Amino acid sequence: MLAYIIRRIFQSVLVLLMVGLVAFSMFRFVGDPVDNMLGQERTQADIERLRDQLGLDQPFVVQYWRFLEQAAQGNFGLSYRQGRPVAEILVERLPATLELAFVSGILALVGGISLGIFTAIRRRGLSANVIMTGSLIGVSLPTFLIGILLIYLFAVELGWLPSFGRGEVTRIGSWTTGFLTESGLKSLILPAITLGLYQMTLIMRLVRTEMLEVLRMDYIRFARARGIREKSINFRHALKNTLVPVITITGLQLGSIIAFAIITETVFQWPGVGLLFINAIQFVDIPVMAAYLMMISVMFVGINLIVDMLYFAIDPRLRVDRTAGGH
Amino acid sequence: MADIQQDIRPSRLHRAWNSDLGWSFRHAPVAVASTFVVLLLIIGAVLAPFIAPHSPFDPGSLNLMNGFTPPGQANQFTGDYFLLGTDDQGRDVFSTILYGMRISLFVGFAAVLLAMVLGVTLGLLAGYLGGWTETIIMRVADVQLTFPAILVAMLIFGIAKGITPPEYRNEMAIWVLILAIGLSDWVQFARVVRGATLVEKNREYVQAAKLIGRSPFAIMLRHILPNVLNPVLVIATISLALAIIAEATLSFLGVGAPPTKPSLGTLIRIGQEFMFSGEWWILFFPAATLLALALSINLLGDWLRDALNPRLR
Repeated sequence: MLAYIIRRIFQSVLVLLMVGLVAFSMFRFVGDPVDNMLGQERTQADIERLRDQLGLDQPFVVQYWRFLEQAAQGNFGLSYRQGRPVAEILVERLPATLELAFVSGILALVGGISLGIFTAIRRRGLSANVIMTGSLIGVSLPTFLIGILLIYLFAVELGWLPSFGRGEVTRIGSWTTGFLTESGLKSLILPAITLGLYQMTLIMRLVRTEMLEVLRMDYIRFARARGIREKSINFRHALKNTLVPVITITGLQLGSIIAFAIITETVFQWPGVGLLFINAIQFVDIPVMAAYLMMISVMFVGINLIVDMLYFAIDPRLRVDRTAGGH
Repeated sequence: MADIQQDIRPSRLHRAWNSDLGWSFRHAPVAVASTFVVLLLIIGAVLAPFIAPHSPFDPGSLNLMNGFTPPGQANQFTGDYFLLGTDDQGRDVFSTILYGMRISLFVGFAAVLLAMVLGVTLGLLAGYLGGWTETIIMRVADVQLTFPAILVAMLIFGIAKGITPPEYRNEMAIWVLILAIGLSDWVQFARVVRGATLVEKNREYVQAAKLIGRSPFAIMLRHILPNVLNPVLVIATISLALAIIAEATLSFLGVGAPPTKPSLGTLIRIGQEFMFSGEWWILFFPAATLLALALSINLLGDWLRDALNPRLR
């Protein structure tokens, strides 16, 4: 087990190094960094000095190492567009994205698992069939269209909820939260549904399939024969054994919630890191792009690692006979 | 004599119709209906210059007085009639959709083709050669799979945009999109083809080909490739729907097709601005077209997967 965990950590570091290489190459080769940093009035001496300062005359590997050192300390230089340190901008924007991702994640998990169980138990019921058909359409609908549809219904036609922004936010230290004001909470509803809906349908379909598989097994039939209450069979016997694949996919989905937040944030003009990233692409703001890439890969790799470790907590069989090997 | 023989042998189309796949197709109403929708949309897109009542990107033919004409009504100033209404600049929505679909479909098909060629080649190499080649290819695939495809596409788009000089950016946008979506999607193909190749390469026909001295590349291309094509076809269909949605998403976010060459996504982006002021048709019709396209290709892919899976027959 220890060998397996060490192997996974080693793999994660390798992924981060590769992503770092991509981020570094962006800095180094997309446009001329010296060109981007100096203004119009510059002399050859300025260029030479900055080149020296940035270490651009050093060998590639040395430069890469220096980049990684700086990145590990959260230093990604200045945004080309805003002229402020990238780390500062990211920290300022991060709370908005994390709050949105958190609420949609909870929505997707709770909604997905309960609807999944429901559709599995009432497999032939009318409402279960309606939900399943609805989910099929939900999977085909692009995220941004869901957002537009919700805005049209609840902001334009009904006028119940705001269509853009975070509403009023409260400042707690360096963190800004929308949880404490009415307009903040109201603004959160539509983006959270937009972002969570796709993940919810995925989790729901997965839970349903797994539940149906487990419910067919012998030990469930025996449990029925023993006269155990239906509720107890469904939740205590069956649900537990569907959890392993559900946790894998859910963990990976949490990662993509942060990525898909880019789309939702653009539709709702939500001032988070996703909107920042899209603007960075539009204006070719390389430092912001690179920093976002590094930040999001640390999150992804971290989530993947945690998911892998969770297996051991959930599936006792793995603790006994898993030898070092892939999955 | 040759003529007579040709008459006796059924045509290719006829044989396809009578094959297992053809039978399954004829008995799946959903598949027939989605094929109909897809074909209709493709024909509309291909023949856009002949079908479109107006040429939406010829500034000379536009009349600003025609702006915001609702669908199915004559314009109150000029009396011109537009089937699906017009946008703010008086462009016919029906025509912009036809032209937009051209770009959406072109980018979709080209991106899937790129992903397929790249993925199949790398998958064959990884599966057949093994060793270092396999390790490197599959490691890169694993790393890329850690990230959602749309994010990878955005990143590639951003990098490519940074490399192209500003004056060419609008012209190159379509090709950059194809590159970005294609490169973000090859992993699926590579993984499936590698898996299938690992199975096929131990079969007797491959051993025989080796014994008579065919080169590894001939074996990969002429012998193994035709036997691993079924799953590739299924993935390609589903990838096409995903690529079209990815293109629309990128264009909607403003990092795709430029407003001078709008795809369906760009049209939806433009239409969104008019949602609040009540001109719903500028947004609704492009969105509905995109949905119809993506949904029917998805349904077709679903059917194909079941039809080609021998275990489900």
